[in-house]
Amino acid sequence: MTEWAIRAEGLVKTFGTHRALDGVDLTVPAGTVQAVLGPNGAGKTTAVRILSTLMRPTGGSARVFGYDVVDSPTEVRSLIGLTGQYASLDEMLTATENLHIFARLHGQGRRAARTRSAELLERFSLTDAARRPVSTFSGGMRRRLDIAASLLANPPLLFLDEPTTGLDPRTRADMWTTVRELVAEGCTVLLTTQYLEEADQLADRVAVIDRGRVVADDTSAALKRSVGGLTLQLEVLDASRRDEASRLLARVSGHTPTGDGDRLSVRIASGSVTSDAVLALREHGIDIGEMTVAQPSMDDVFFALTGESGTEASGSEREEAAA
Amino acid sequence: MTAMEAGIQVATVRRPAASAPGPVEAFGQALTFAYRGLLRVRHDPQRLFDVIVLPIIGTVMFANVFGGAVSGGVSGYLPLLVPGVMVQIAITASVVTGVQLRDDMDRGVFDRFRSLPVARTAPLAGSLLADVSRYVVAVMMTAAVGVVIGYRPGSWIGLFAGCALVVVCAFTISWVFALMGVLMKSASGVQGVSMLILTPLSFMSNALVPTETMPTWMRVIAEVNPVTHMVTAVRALADGGSAAGPVTAALAGATVVLAIFAPLTVRAYVRSD
Repeated sequence: MTEWAIRAEGLVKTFGTHRALDGVDLTVPAGTVQAVLGPNGAGKTTAVRILSTLMRPTGGSARVFGYDVVDSPTEVRSLIGLTGQYASLDEMLTATENLHIFARLHGQGRRAARTRSAELLERFSLTDAARRPVSTFSGGMRRRLDIAASLLANPPLLFLDEPTTGLDPRTRADMWTTVRELVAEGCTVLLTTQYLEEADQLADRVAVIDRGRVVADDTSAALKRSVGGLTLQLEVLDASRRDEASRLLARVSGHTPTGDGDRLSVRIASGSVTSDAVLALREHGIDIGEMTVAQPSMDDVFFALTGESGTEASGSEREEAAA
Repeated sequence: MTAMEAGIQVATVRRPAASAPGPVEAFGQALTFAYRGLLRVRHDPQRLFDVIVLPIIGTVMFANVFGGAVSGGVSGYLPLLVPGVMVQIAITASVVTGVQLRDDMDRGVFDRFRSLPVARTAPLAGSLLADVSRYVVAVMMTAAVGVVIGYRPGSWIGLFAGCALVVVCAFTISWVFALMGVLMKSASGVQGVSMLILTPLSFMSNALVPTETMPTWMRVIAEVNPVTHMVTAVRALADGGSAAGPVTAALAGATVVLAIFAPLTVRAYVRSD
């Protein structure tokens, strides 16, 4: 029998007249990674705050490892770790002091708290900064310390609310490695993100959320298929042969290419179509310059699922942030 | 799913969840939060600026401003003034507790506190307990400044007991300002409303001058004002006379304030998230 880390049914949250969540169902089996993908204001943070007991739902119910988030908040809190987009740390205190206090509040003894704090600082390469106040930390260091704080009690379920928003690419890659390690250790992870690539890289399943509703919940492969798979983009060195190239691409891909100047782009069902395209062009003596295979962006996914652009918040980010 | 993953899953699920903490655990958690408050003071000693500087300015200034008028000189006025200023400054320090609580609750760290398996009220109680350190500094400074400018209490032990009484009362009154902190949206709003409460509370009393010359209506208010009872109790203790009556009155007042405001504050705090 599948054990559910999260089971949410019909979650509703209203702020005044604004429905931040409008009937969200979400089930996450233990040991898996669930991504919640959506633009700012879609309701991602509200959903996480309800599932992590920070906020009560207006309607619906949610269970974490079988414990109701409203009726048994202490039980739920002992089983979860939460890392938000903004670090939940005491800026004035040092890294060690922060971890020590949180560990003590998790019911660990003095000695256990000290050992565990040192262990996590080591793991997240913060040992050298352990005695510095958090206010002197860079964004990446804060995020690492924040995750370390969430892991103090070895929670079987970890919420990561936009863990890489605002991070530089290198710190983002480090964060991805961390998430993979945690999953390998058996942790269930629910992460929210605005980036399809991130969901694709890390998650077993991706729930796409828009205006407080789950508009799709599937594997990222299936989602991308629903959007139309990959796009092959290439540069025809001799622009006068572009139309000829376009006909060849249409034949191998089965789709009509678009483009202007010396550029062409066409939807392809899989990466292996690329070699067919290259071969066909080469047989006809058409030289190509730059060539890329692009994944559909979150914007494409949104457009395919909701018929509108995903870059603009469709709800109100301000209200979500205020809550 | 591989056997290894399945094994991890079983281990994950069997982990027992913590249930709601009992009163002993909750008190321990409040002490941990208080420890956090003390660490904050250690990292930012400027937080003690008001309780170190106000006693110096307040005691020296009032001694010289009112001394001649009230008691015909500074030295005769000090036994009246030191207990009065001590109570006033401790209560002013308890206003800062409410302001800082609001400020603290607006920071991200309170989100983590809320996601921890601790008693709902522990972060609140911890913040208030940590500020007891500020009241201790405030009363010790006031007493020390008084002694430096010539104050000699009738009973040193009595003065010490009076200081302890003020600390206890300031802690109970801090729940009033904590309620403002929890209810209001901004730290500056808390500051404004609290000063509005604080000014009449601390001046419509016998802290600086005898109440006999006040108009009747104000004298009535001053005589029921808890500040008056506290000041009377500290004076009685420090003078070395019989203090049982005023001390009982002050402690009874403190108990009433605590009994009304602690539950109100806790309820507002739990609802605030």
